[in-house]
Amino acid sequence: MTVVDTHAAQPAAGPRPAPPAAGAPAVRVKRHWSEHGIVFVAPFLLVYAMFLVWPLVSGLGMSVRSENIAGTDAEFVGFDNYAEAIGDPDVWASLWNTVWFTVLSTVPLVLVGLVLALLAHHLRFVQWLWRLSWFAPFLLPSGVVGLLFLWVIFPSDFGFADQALAAVGLEPGIGWLTDERYAMLSVVLTTVWWTVGFNFLLYLAALQAIPAHLYEAAELDGAGSWQRLRHITLPMLARTTGVVVVLQVLASLKVFDQIYIMTGGGPDESTRPVLQYVYDAGFTGYRIGYASAVSYIFFALILTVSLAQLWLSRRNREENAR
Amino acid sequence: MSAPVWEKDKQVRAKVRGTVKGEAAATGRRPRWTPGRVVMLVVALALVVVWVLPIAWAVATSLKPEGETTKTPLEWIGSTITFDAYQQVWESGDLGQWMFNSAYISVMTTLLTVVLCAMAAYGFARTDFRGRKVLYGLVLAGIMVPPQVLIAPLFAEMVTLGLVDTYWGVILPQVAVPAMVFILVKFFEGVPRELEEAAFVDGAGRWRVFWTIVMPLSRPILAAVAIFTFISTWNNFLWPFLVTTDPNGMTLPVGLVNVQSSYGVRYAQMMASVVIAGLPLLVVFAAFQRQIVRGVAHTGLAGQ
Repeated sequence: MTVVDTHAAQPAAGPRPAPPAAGAPAVRVKRHWSEHGIVFVAPFLLVYAMFLVWPLVSGLGMSVRSENIAGTDAEFVGFDNYAEAIGDPDVWASLWNTVWFTVLSTVPLVLVGLVLALLAHHLRFVQWLWRLSWFAPFLLPSGVVGLLFLWVIFPSDFGFADQALAAVGLEPGIGWLTDERYAMLSVVLTTVWWTVGFNFLLYLAALQAIPAHLYEAAELDGAGSWQRLRHITLPMLARTTGVVVVLQVLASLKVFDQIYIMTGGGPDESTRPVLQYVYDAGFTGYRIGYASAVSYIFFALILTVSLAQLWLSRRNREENAR
Repeated sequence: MSAPVWEKDKQVRAKVRGTVKGEAAATGRRPRWTPGRVVMLVVALALVVVWVLPIAWAVATSLKPEGETTKTPLEWIGSTITFDAYQQVWESGDLGQWMFNSAYISVMTTLLTVVLCAMAAYGFARTDFRGRKVLYGLVLAGIMVPPQVLIAPLFAEMVTLGLVDTYWGVILPQVAVPAMVFILVKFFEGVPRELEEAAFVDGAGRWRVFWTIVMPLSRPILAAVAIFTFISTWNNFLWPFLVTTDPNGMTLPVGLVNVQSSYGVRYAQMMASVVIAGLPLLVVFAAFQRQIVRGVAHTGLAGQ
């Protein structure tokens, strides 16, 4: 070993120094260079710098140039790309689609997640069944979920959704993914089915953390189950709800996979999210400079949400500390 | 309010264990069947049916003869039950290759993420060097950068590095995850220093302490990080979709989406490949339900 112990007043062969008494300062040792703290963080920092920091910086550089995907014809154009993006109604439409998807999906994803967790928690038995059926879809790749709903659930007439409508006597023949009125809702429905299991698990863990004595006390006071839900369970879940909502908003804003697979952004670009706009501009249209500029506008949106959340949670913590 | 992470982890573990063994054991009695509970059970079972139906329908479709897949009104079982579709997609397509790619990429990404993030977290939590706080701040700031924002410049970088259509091109951008460093730092900070110091006094170096004391003590949190990383890498779509153009190098979800048009209107085959692609993680989940539930709940919340 290369450690040189500075307590080495004793000869090296002598008895080992006793461990420091409690409260004594940490052992001071002189170390070989390979023991230096920076050696531990260096491999991570290298990968981090290459694949996160550098693209973040170089993307900023690209966004002020007229760069195509091959890296040729790059001229400095200043803020032209940004100006073009802000003046482009397609960019605004895709940003709006992203926000609209986020609003439509967050509400049911949080509420359904809560309801499922309450059911599983209060029923107490066959936990494996609830977890398997409600959480398992979360483990399916987006490609699998997208293709499943695209090919056999949402086609008109023979699709499962239409047939289910017919079975209960409603009019089938709905263009679930091809009608502008329904396409976004169908995508939201798919997303709820697919990812609600994550929120379900977070709520379930939170429910199990509520101390049982609160309920016992309430029961002695004669509180019914509805009152216990309203005055104990829901208030105790407030913090978790905050976390779940923020995580869900951030996840929903990044929507791409299922929309790209199921509708390709259609019909008539009515479901195209901003990430797909970036993809279309940069990877299909080869205008990678312009695509970077749109990415940064999208980043600003995400950052606003993250910073707002940071500010809120800090304020909460201060209030709790008081 | 501020219990050490060390203790918190124990609580979380006990909490999740509670799920598994059922709360009934804790209160010592089986709950009675009040009308309210019967209603809840009926609602829950109905929701289970709703959640299972799409998967059941995919399986049912995949087992029908191709000519009967679009029949109306719908039938769950065709004139015969046949595995032809499975045989055809397995023999004709690249499913085996894609599954290997997905497994290789996910395992490598998980290993690298766990090792790199744990080393970095130990460096930030337990060593002191000039610039440590600044560097850690830089890493924490990265939590707010979603990888999706970087696709355009990252792709250009991959072209420059010649990593397009390689495993490393898929793996490397997914490895440095600042949120995982944050989770591990919080955990390492809660590991009692006395354990390490006793080893230092015995002449062990930092690397030895890291590998033989800190890492084994952190097994639950490392498992949580590994499970979370594996699931998200296995299911990642956008980045592998962008950086692979050669069908031989595609991951499972990307490959499927890429060839969907070549199945034409062969619904049975489409669903057979969907079932094959969805199965591996579901099997893993059935086997490690407890660990996965714990890992996801823990990692999902610990970022906050």
